[in-house]
Amino acid sequence: MSCKSTPPHAGMSRRIFLGTTGAAGAAIAVGSREVSAQQPRTGVAPDAHPKIELTVNGYRRTLTVEPRTTLVEALRDTLGLTGTKIGCNLGQCGACTVLMDGRRVNSCLVLALSADGAEVTTVEGLANPDGTLHPMQTAFAEHDAFQCGYCTPGQIMSAIACIDEGHAGSADEIREYMSGNLCRCAAYPNIVAAVEAVRDRKEG
Amino acid sequence: MRNYTYFKPKSLAEAIDAVRESGGDILAGGTTVVDLMKIGVREPSALVDITGLTMLEGHEIGPDHIRFGALARMGHVADDKALTAAAPVMTEALWKAASPQLRNVARLGGNILQRTRCPYFRDTAYANCSKRRPGSGCAALEGGETNHHAILGGSSSCVAMYPGDWAQALIAFDADVHTRGPGGQRTIAFADLHRPPGETPEIETILQPGEIVTEITVPVVPALKASHYLKARDRESYAFATASAAVGVEMDGDVVRDARIALGGVAATPWRARAAEDSLKGKPLTEATAREAGRIAFADARPLEGSAYKTKLGADVIAGALMTAKSRANGGK
Repeated sequence: MSCKSTPPHAGMSRRIFLGTTGAAGAAIAVGSREVSAQQPRTGVAPDAHPKIELTVNGYRRTLTVEPRTTLVEALRDTLGLTGTKIGCNLGQCGACTVLMDGRRVNSCLVLALSADGAEVTTVEGLANPDGTLHPMQTAFAEHDAFQCGYCTPGQIMSAIACIDEGHAGSADEIREYMSGNLCRCAAYPNIVAAVEAVRDRKEG
Repeated sequence: MRNYTYFKPKSLAEAIDAVRESGGDILAGGTTVVDLMKIGVREPSALVDITGLTMLEGHEIGPDHIRFGALARMGHVADDKALTAAAPVMTEALWKAASPQLRNVARLGGNILQRTRCPYFRDTAYANCSKRRPGSGCAALEGGETNHHAILGGSSSCVAMYPGDWAQALIAFDADVHTRGPGGQRTIAFADLHRPPGETPEIETILQPGEIVTEITVPVVPALKASHYLKARDRESYAFATASAAVGVEMDGDVVRDARIALGGVAATPWRARAAEDSLKGKPLTEATAREAGRIAFADARPLEGSAYKTKLGADVIAGALMTAKSRANGGK
């Protein structure tokens, strides 16, 4: 599924898509205990299915999780946003990088319950509603900054944050601040080139 | 990962009660706790998520002390230019730790309590790990690989290495850890927080059940300004230390008035090298005296087959870090 054939912000179709998968997620909770995540005294029981609220790519979503559900599982399995990848699932490879409240994080190490109320941006939220890709997505394509593509969504999220944080001053600095995203195809030189290109376009 | 009871208290008192009553683990950023739960090393029946206690966030540079909230984010503190100017070792040790994604989530209180990366601790297929299963032995000492194990402070029960970076800056500069627990508040010298493994490597700190780190303070001394964290590792970035040094010096002309040296990547706990510090005081700081300090720091080292390289590497790292600190004392970078 390419970004072009299904633009991430495709207006109504996207809303319907999310609504459907969200309903499927909620249906899992039928017959089990639905509780709020905010129960300080007694806590959320191990077999409970608490509801959390996330704002994902600008859309407010209510979803049902387990205590052990991680943010990446909530995004992929409950909301159907499979652009975010699971690599090591241990916070080492960066494939699951998303922006949470404006900061890049490894979504495999964030518990969904801890993320309750957060604003999340995934790779699906980058392109314009008309399907125009984010400049970083375009730069990755232009600079051939991937081979197999599995790490690419995480690389792109991290690359956007790298520039926004002001850590793209030199190739060395980009390498340092992109070091949390591993690429087993070793597309690193082209990833650095893509980040430099977007940085220069912004500055120019 | 097994399910658990999840608490998200709104006050410190609620958090302390929840930990004490549930016997659960404290969850802050989760970069250690969630990781260990996924690989089956920790299977807590409850998690007490303290990230709602926003009063524990933040940090400030005062005239006498630098104060770090236990829930300050590593990345936020590492990016503080004023802190870098006042105490470079404090930010360097943070930004050389972990990836940007991890630093954005991990909190300072959790960072100092980070668990070892010993492969036998992390792999439940090994039955013999006394840190994970008390009294079961040590797979590293019983024929395992020892490339990243402690050559200082280990015991016959455990040679797991303390993996943290920032802790070395804290122990070098006499930090205090402030806690609140069922027994009230207390202040612990950072040097007393971690216990040597001895025969009970499963007990890593003197913290009691329900005791929560609230704040870390560092007294402001002249050597903080001329401080440095030098970290050697297997790759240029995003790796644990093979040997590292947190150092600082205060010069009186050409002579060392105060010296601070702590070592990472080589010891079972955060490690202050006091004999090495003392060897410098009252002497000029030259490459020769810096190298001698490095040698002294490892005088009592007990190298293992795989980690013998750390003795020379560690001494070189100390010498290199000291020369940078000296240059900073003289107004350089």
